[in-house]
Amino acid sequence: MLGEFRLWPRAASTVAEKVDTLYLFEVAVTVFFTILICALVIGMGVIYRKGSRAARANPPTSKWLEAIWATVPLVLVMVMFAWGAAVFYEIKTVPDGAMKIDVVGKQWMWKLQHANGKREINELHVPVGRPVVLRMISDDVIHDFYVPAFRVKQDVVPGRYSQLWFEATEPGTYHLFCAEYCGTEHAQMIGKVVVMEERAFAEWLSGTSSDDPPAVAGEKLFERMRCGTCHKQGPGGRGPSLVGIAGKPVPLKGGGSVLADANYIRESIVRPQARIVAGYQPLMPAYPQLTTEELNQLVAYIESLGAPGDGDAGRSDTGPSTPVEDATPPDENEAPSTEGENE
Amino acid sequence: MIDVARKERNYVDADYSVWSWFLTTDHKRVAILYLISITVFFMLGGAAAVLFRLELMTPQPDFVIPETYNKLFTLHGILMVFFYLIPSIPAVLGNFLLPLMIGAKDVAFPKLNLASWYVYMVGGVLTVAAIVFGGVDTGWTFYTPYSSTYGNSAVLLAGLGVFVVGFSSILTGINFLATIHTMRAPGLTWFRLPLFVWAHYATSLIIILGTPVVSITVLLVAVERLFGVGIFDPTLGGDPLLFQHLFWFYSHPAVYIMILPSMGVISEIIACFARKKVFGYHFIAFSSLAIALLGFLVWGHHMYVSGQSMYAGFVFSFLTMLVGVPSAIKVFNWTATLYKGQVSWTTPMMYALGFIGLFTIGGLTGLFLATLGIDVHVHDTYFVVAHFHYIMVGGASMGYLGGLHFWWPKMTGKMYPETWGRFSAIVVFVGFNLTFFPQFLLGYMGMPRRYHMYPEEFQVLNVMSTAGASIMGVGYLLPLGYLLWSLWYGKNATSNPWDARGLEWTIESPPTPHNFHEKPVVTTEVYDYDPEQPLPPPSERVVSPAESETETVQ
Repeated sequence: MLGEFRLWPRAASTVAEKVDTLYLFEVAVTVFFTILICALVIGMGVIYRKGSRAARANPPTSKWLEAIWATVPLVLVMVMFAWGAAVFYEIKTVPDGAMKIDVVGKQWMWKLQHANGKREINELHVPVGRPVVLRMISDDVIHDFYVPAFRVKQDVVPGRYSQLWFEATEPGTYHLFCAEYCGTEHAQMIGKVVVMEERAFAEWLSGTSSDDPPAVAGEKLFERMRCGTCHKQGPGGRGPSLVGIAGKPVPLKGGGSVLADANYIRESIVRPQARIVAGYQPLMPAYPQLTTEELNQLVAYIESLGAPGDGDAGRSDTGPSTPVEDATPPDENEAPSTEGENE
Repeated sequence: MIDVARKERNYVDADYSVWSWFLTTDHKRVAILYLISITVFFMLGGAAAVLFRLELMTPQPDFVIPETYNKLFTLHGILMVFFYLIPSIPAVLGNFLLPLMIGAKDVAFPKLNLASWYVYMVGGVLTVAAIVFGGVDTGWTFYTPYSSTYGNSAVLLAGLGVFVVGFSSILTGINFLATIHTMRAPGLTWFRLPLFVWAHYATSLIIILGTPVVSITVLLVAVERLFGVGIFDPTLGGDPLLFQHLFWFYSHPAVYIMILPSMGVISEIIACFARKKVFGYHFIAFSSLAIALLGFLVWGHHMYVSGQSMYAGFVFSFLTMLVGVPSAIKVFNWTATLYKGQVSWTTPMMYALGFIGLFTIGGLTGLFLATLGIDVHVHDTYFVVAHFHYIMVGGASMGYLGGLHFWWPKMTGKMYPETWGRFSAIVVFVGFNLTFFPQFLLGYMGMPRRYHMYPEEFQVLNVMSTAGASIMGVGYLLPLGYLLWSLWYGKNATSNPWDARGLEWTIESPPTPHNFHEKPVVTTEVYDYDPEQPLPPPSERVVSPAESETETVQ
């Protein structure tokens, strides 16, 4: 199926048809005005060619004509804006209960990990008819996760999480491209998205995998690095307790608060001094030696501490969507986010 | 009076020494210096395009290695944007014509004008040096952290070239603003100014407000690369998206730096060859300013999928849509100018009418990219490549070529062969569409830009595009040939071969070093054409200086 000549991309996600409908509307507007302008230019160029007999008396004045051709485009572009914004809102708003997958982009490959720990490289298997949300981060330069058949893409930026969701509607194999220029082998940072029927996918997912789920790996790392010495489960530690903080606002030293989303948790490990929680001293050293994946695991573990009792359960596939702030720079996390509204 | 004019040497013949060119402060000679150097950079950039279009004939990387491909498209982008599109019309046609159109002896700061050319050349030499010393592979957009930390090519040298050449634009912009404000001939009120002058006024505003931002940005990249200060690289505590904000804050308005002067040229050509005042003169004049202003508020539309907030996306999409309105007004006004006119299908007019068609497609496809829901899919694909080439090549370049033909007799005193001119306009138009139209389809199919290899299903459209590029290449070589030919063998041009209005047509072709023998006084409205009167045949188009004086001098 890949590789055959076509002039229209396959549409295989819930948003694809909505994007296509809007696109066709704008194609219609474009074709109409292009033909109109070309016909007028050529037509009048011929009718009023030099020395032709066409009458030239009383050319029109401009006021009312100007008003018409200022208003018509204004109305049209406002329709395009509103319609496009509505589709965009849907593309950006992750449905509750989306299946979570971690993505790390690096020169020049895609590394993916499912919630049960199963890893893939340059290939992503997903079930049909189920929303999937990718939490993505780059190891080096900016990449971009792009699946044309789903009509979605999102930059994958170093140092901060971004997210992308889709719900595939057609089983099949689709192109995965890196769309943001990332260096010499940019064009080879490509792969496949394999959309499978739910049962086949479940079978595939439960196949052999020696990797721990990210949250479990994170817990081991947490213990190995003795994070718990300061971050005790209860109150009284030198650092704040991490139980139940994920997705909640945290008061900051010096006033204000920040949403403890994945980006804030990650920042607090990489650059602990950036935003100190109110009531604590800036004692924590930075951990620049942690790899992107280890950071992902720690973040997953801390997120899994959502409520006391299910701390070891790993990240649930069906639980309420955990806010992942992709939208705002780290110091603007107070700003309302789409994801926040879904809760 | 006539005798005095005839005896005086024109600006080319006034002095033949080499230093009379390299130390000239005559705006016309500076324009010629720019014309020659811009043509050289254009050909270099074009050659790079030919090479990577050849690579894209097949899906496999078989013609050049990936590093080379990446350096080629980077070279193409940097040279075409910073050394061809941005300076082409202002520095060549603007420098030559602006003082003539407003009845001035020169620009306000002639030495600064010459300095701008030297600055331009230094920037150009640095950039070419960057190619010699290993090339640059960051793309013309220099996105961080690839450019600041990871790219191992001659990024600093190329960045320095871009940094330096920015100052040449700034000097030109300052010069134009001062000239237009202070040196207009008596009677030449703001609303008697040709739209070419209005367009350059708006362009100059953008240049002096926007260019410093990109200079600072390039400087910050250099500081990060050289001293490891964390500005854009997150591992150093920087923010990679900050670069994109700063870069597009200049580089989106830069698009209007490229297209507005071209719109000015189109207004002049259409008025002359439709023998009518441009329809809605005031609307066109003010829409230039509106575009210049709005252009500064839309940079975020390059960043819908960068990780920028969704709400920022809404704002930038809304503002970008508004730019579509003044652009649409211009297109309708040019078209309406033809109504009840006397249309001559001359070479400049064919370029101008081609501009209208291509700019219409380029502008409308810009709306697709401004539409949030569609841009998520087509961002960073060939759809974007096609769109901006429709604006930059179909718009800016067609205007430049049209203007070059229109004012060639004035600049050189020679006529080019008309048949060849029309032929080249058609070849460029056909080749252009064949090159870039398939790229819209490729983009919606999902082919990302900056890929040296691609899945097989994209090959047919890529072959079409490459075929078109070769036709377009011929279309660009033709004017180079016959315009050079005309310098030696072309018929001598009269002072006003198109029977056009405007002060530049009241003086000799080519003009004398000080342009006007007496200070002109303007008593007539702009574009004072009579639509009832067709363009007279060439033999009757000789307007003697004496006659022209009665038109413009009291």
